[in-house]
Amino acid sequence: MKSDFIQESNFSAMPTSEAILEAEKVTVHYGSFMALRETYINIPKNQITAFIGPSGCGKSTLLRCFNRMNDLIPGAKVGGKIRFHGENLHDRKFDKRIEEIRRRIGMVFQKPNPFSKTIYENIAFGARINGYRGDMDELVERSLRQAALWDEAKDKLKQSGLSLSGGQQQRLCIARAIAVQPEVILMDEPCSALDPISTLRIEELLHELEERYTIIIVTHNMQQASRVSDMTAFFNVKATESGQRQGYLAEYDRTEVIFQNPKEQVTQEYVSGRFG
Amino acid sequence: MSTNLGISDRDGTNLWQPKRGLNEWVEKGVKGLFALFALVSIATTVGIVLSLTYETIAFFSKVPIWRFLGETQWSPTFNNPQFGIIVLICGTFLTSLIATVVALPIGLLAAICLSEYAPEKMRRVIKPALEILAGVPTVVYGYFALLFVTPILKTFLPVEIFNALSAGLVMGIAILPLVASLSEDAIYAVPNSLRQGAYALGATKRETIVSVVLPSALSGIAASFILAISRAIGETMIVTIAAGQTPRLTLNPFANLQTMTAYIVQVSKGDTPAGSLVYQTIFAVGMTLFVMTLALNIFSFWFVRRFRQKYE
Ligand SMILES: Nc1ncnc2c1ncn2[C@@H]1O[C@H](COP(=O)(O)OP(=O)(O)OP(=O)(O)O)[C@@H](O)[C@H]1O
Ligand SMILES: [Mg+2]
Repeated sequence: MKSDFIQESNFSAMPTSEAILEAEKVTVHYGSFMALRETYINIPKNQITAFIGPSGCGKSTLLRCFNRMNDLIPGAKVGGKIRFHGENLHDRKFDKRIEEIRRRIGMVFQKPNPFSKTIYENIAFGARINGYRGDMDELVERSLRQAALWDEAKDKLKQSGLSLSGGQQQRLCIARAIAVQPEVILMDEPCSALDPISTLRIEELLHELEERYTIIIVTHNMQQASRVSDMTAFFNVKATESGQRQGYLAEYDRTEVIFQNPKEQVTQEYVSGRFG
Repeated sequence: MSTNLGISDRDGTNLWQPKRGLNEWVEKGVKGLFALFALVSIATTVGIVLSLTYETIAFFSKVPIWRFLGETQWSPTFNNPQFGIIVLICGTFLTSLIATVVALPIGLLAAICLSEYAPEKMRRVIKPALEILAGVPTVVYGYFALLFVTPILKTFLPVEIFNALSAGLVMGIAILPLVASLSEDAIYAVPNSLRQGAYALGATKRETIVSVVLPSALSGIAASFILAISRAIGETMIVTIAAGQTPRLTLNPFANLQTMTAYIVQVSKGDTPAGSLVYQTIFAVGMTLFVMTLALNIFSFWFVRRFRQKYE
């Protein structure tokens, strides 16, 4: 197979529903190092898309392009276009509206990072800075319910978010992300610091969230990807002649296809654990 | 003394022969040495407190404590002496207040600017410079206040030659690097993941700093503030040189007045015979100072413990 040029073929063929995010010819450099080669990918609305692939293949890098978190990394340069509802987020005219982009495209991080505020304030903060005019108590309750944390947290809303367990903290971070009513939630290995029970709870949660949100989840857990996602993108990394390890999108398809009947041999090897 | 269980390695050879026998003695020696050092500092503290207490008790056996706390004049050397400590406390309070009004806000702003806005390179130059500034001898600041700041103030304010304002302002400048440096440490230590969490919710840089970073650094910032306040209260040289030697119950910043520390200097400079009542006043004043800074430190300790955030 000519996997060399695979990233140039257009994978946007399959989405079963309308695409909410479209990456077109996206490249990312850190300084002079190209971390991600030209990538094309369409993210379907109200579905869960999983990013899988070996370490260093650029999954987090691409994820950060979607809400322009790469802007915060000195030396990071993003090329190509990321279309959100058809508009290029990396266009200059959005430079002044990054806050709005980030409100509408939320993010949950690998390590739970609740603020050193009360549980209530952790959630109210995002709503407040974004000028939410509705009933705050109700928003906090609704967000906590959606994140399946309400029962555990309702009696200690005034306690520090840091007083929760790791799994609860991560659900608090999900509640916090939901509270600003985003359209897309980006999750970078949200379960990697959690025990199997918490992980399962979050996976169930993802299925509930799917109705209202578009979710992209990076995961190293093959079972997780196959359990939760509708679409799966497999990224791989390849050394160039000069020895740099560049990431690229190797295959993107419906999850059952990726796991049962992938077109690429590397994908087959990776998902069956015979990789490397 | 190799640790040998009497079992040879699987392959019969013995390649693992740690020589830790000597270490044990070294370890004990080092431990003893450190214990000795620790003891020296504890003994010194105990000694200071004991001698302070001893002379203070002697003082209060001659002057009842209600006079010390109740009178409104400080004139131990007069024929009809009065011992109203409130007068000296007032002087210390006024100069410290002026100093903290200068040092805390500017110091905090400098810290925020340095850790959140300045490029890393600049930070690496300015940080050590601040620490050097904190090491300038206070006598230099004292004469800077008296010979430079006071004349400038005189051009537009009705200040006396010795005045609380000039001493307080310069004292503020003197403790500013301490506030900036310690607050900066606290702010810089806030994990980046929190900043990213705020940005990812759509926060601007200002919102992130004000609502997420500063509250997380609160305990460290408060500790730096309290340390600065105790520095201001205990500061001696600047107020002795620039604020004057006239005990006066006033909150007028333009006036010549005397702080607790300046009084102690005044008496110890002179030829007051040991054991006399005037000699003992300085211990009573010293004890007051000690109690005040101790209270502040205990408060600081409690505050830091209460508000410190734990991050993995
Ligand atoms: N902030 C950064 N500065 C410089 N290089 C970076 C930075 N972040 C990532 N890289 C580089 O970009 C490449 C892709 O990194 P990325 O974090 O996207 O990988 P990943 O697929 O998320 O890996 P993992 O599964 O280990 O999280 C790596 O070679 C990494 O060294
Ligand atoms: Mg990653």
